[in-house]
Amino acid sequence: MTRQMTGAEMVIQAFIDQGVDTIFGYPGGAVLPIYDEIFQQDKINHILVRHEQGAGHAAEGYARSTGKPGVVLVTSGPGATNMVTALTDALMDSIPLVCITGQVPTHLIGTDGFQECDTVGITRPCTKHNWLVQKIEDLPKILHEAFRIATTGRPGPVVVDIPKNIQFQTGTYVNHKDQAQTQYKPRVKGDDTAIREAVALMAAAKKPVLYTGGGVVNAGPAASRLLREFVKLSGFPITSTLMGLGAYPASGPNWLGMLGMHGTYEANLAMHDCDVMVCIGARFDDRITGRIDAFSPNSKKIHIDIDPSSINKNVRADIPIVGDVAYVLEDMIKVWKQTQPVQDKAALNAWWQQIAVWKAKKCLAYRKHSDVIMPQYAIERLYQLTKGHDTYITTEVGQHQMWAAQYFGFEEPNRWMTSGGLGTMGYGLPAALGVQIAHPDALVIDIAGDASVQMNIQEMATAIQYEAPIKVFILNNQYMGMVRQWQQLLHGNRLSHSYTEAMPDFVKLAEAYGGVGIKAERPDELDDAINEMIAVKRPVIFDCRVANLANCFPMIPSGKAHNEMLLGDASDDEIDTAIGASGKMLV
Amino acid sequence: MMIVAGQSQSAYFLEETSTVAETHTLSVLVDNEPGVLARVIGLFSGRGYNIESLTVSEVEHEKHLSRITIVTTGTPQVITQIMNQLGRLVPVHRVVNLTKSGDSIERELALVKVAGKGEHRVEALRLAQAFEAKTVDATLESFVFELTGTPADIDRFVNLMTECGLVEVARTGLAALARGKTGM
Repeated sequence: MTRQMTGAEMVIQAFIDQGVDTIFGYPGGAVLPIYDEIFQQDKINHILVRHEQGAGHAAEGYARSTGKPGVVLVTSGPGATNMVTALTDALMDSIPLVCITGQVPTHLIGTDGFQECDTVGITRPCTKHNWLVQKIEDLPKILHEAFRIATTGRPGPVVVDIPKNIQFQTGTYVNHKDQAQTQYKPRVKGDDTAIREAVALMAAAKKPVLYTGGGVVNAGPAASRLLREFVKLSGFPITSTLMGLGAYPASGPNWLGMLGMHGTYEANLAMHDCDVMVCIGARFDDRITGRIDAFSPNSKKIHIDIDPSSINKNVRADIPIVGDVAYVLEDMIKVWKQTQPVQDKAALNAWWQQIAVWKAKKCLAYRKHSDVIMPQYAIERLYQLTKGHDTYITTEVGQHQMWAAQYFGFEEPNRWMTSGGLGTMGYGLPAALGVQIAHPDALVIDIAGDASVQMNIQEMATAIQYEAPIKVFILNNQYMGMVRQWQQLLHGNRLSHSYTEAMPDFVKLAEAYGGVGIKAERPDELDDAINEMIAVKRPVIFDCRVANLANCFPMIPSGKAHNEMLLGDASDDEIDTAIGASGKMLV
Repeated sequence: MMIVAGQSQSAYFLEETSTVAETHTLSVLVDNEPGVLARVIGLFSGRGYNIESLTVSEVEHEKHLSRITIVTTGTPQVITQIMNQLGRLVPVHRVVNLTKSGDSIERELALVKVAGKGEHRVEALRLAQAFEAKTVDATLESFVFELTGTPADIDRFVNLMTECGLVEVARTGLAALARGKTGM
């Protein structure tokens, strides 16, 4: 299809041709021509946020919960700079975002014009790729290539910066969907020999463990299905990073729980003691490995990743396989079935018995109280009471995020939206909004902390405007809980600026926005309050007052190995001396 | 420590671990488009890699291709990581490690200005002839020499010239190609 149209029309037409139905944005001088086109059409639903960062995280939530790219439209200058956090977040967590930014007209670029900034310069290190459109002829190609690059290979955010005069210019529009405009072509199929070697190594394993990550979720629903099939076929225990929760069901028989800094005892010990580690779509991040020279010292490592630069970056892989997780898993299953390997049943049984001993530690046990709500208890109750619902969970960043990961069970992929790599406080509320827009009838809950939630609280107004009945469930302990915990661990319990002395009345705040406020202070009123929250079909802020000084355990202190975990019953003395001098340097 | 490698021909195969920093010359073929050099340089500064020398110029006008030649130092693991990170950049077509792939030719051009009278001036001219440097500018009190050679040749020449009234030096940075009949 070839048609004459303006640059602004091309943007909308490219969205339509790419199957986009929803965009998140905020208008301003340099994008007014595009907003004028939005006004004159009804195929694209535009969600007006209250802050551009909110648009970015909402698009991330939309993308993660649907598998489709999130689309954002913001203006030049501050519109673009406000997007930087969301773009960086999406880059770290491999979320496909297409962000259109307005720019001052080409003849004003470089003159420090009003609301001018070097958008491509600023966003170069926080995007997978970006473009400044300099000619109307280039615009259709760039728009479609932007979608291709954002969504294929290792997904990520892209920015298309369009000067205002180009939005007004007329040119020829061609639908270039899925036609490569650059030589960018990620490799999806894994090396066959490497896959055969990996299967042989796994088949001979005595103490295997599967370590999966967000790459499984990003590879689409087929990858999770294949992962489950492979776990069944091999009988291997499986753990996951924060980003990969849900790819394998938490109720599955082989599930060890999350691994890493706040992972379970059994998952981390299995990682430490295994003889064959199969890393699937994860990247050996420092939250996972702990002390790198003591990380799983006696294992052979198979690493499957679509990004060649992830391989041998932090941890050396014995068998690296570059490819899409779904393709590689499919081939692995094929080879496993063909070769019908004879596994060492006795050794595997002994391994499972060892895992059972670790599990018996009950590392997630905590002391319950009758007069104060323990944060872990709040998540447990939230999980139990929402079980029958079509539930999606987002989080902010901090203790509540880790408790959510530990105590909420995820059965399916794309149900868990959290800022893993960048650790962005203020992610959860707008992300929940994006999820709710994509799934209007679902129960969407932002498990939040009292500090994080205030970083993008303004998006409550967006939720009200679009009747998106998100539930903001705040574990309110009056502190930046994770900061306070680290100050206790590292800085002699000197709680420097981690206590929030002036806290809004969250119930009144909800009402001020036009939502519903609910408060629970005692364990015996929690269930009724949660049920009330679920029943309300409007945006809710739930002020759940929890024990102020609870710590998040288990924990691998910075600079320590997997087998040096602090458990929930750690004494204050142990906590005080848990981190050595070199560990104090780490974050 | 050597990890025994398997039989696969995977492109991302194991190398020896070593903590000794080595100097490598990378040749990077890129689309000649705005910002491509900033992407490459930003990658090096953002991830804390070294650049010892960097040259860039368009080499195939019709295809809009430029060649960037980078000399960098790092452990073998870091060098591999640099190559993989370069490979992630969308405008990058190919990355070749000329140091690792075998025999390559490396050349640099330098302009060297010396000033002086009497014996210093005579000695400067004599050394320039010995190095086969061209005299591209001369006044009664100065010369500008043009010298092409390996970076080590140029280092040697410049060091000698410090004794002969060296004023300043401009160097192009490295141009390098693999020997033999095939391209990268």
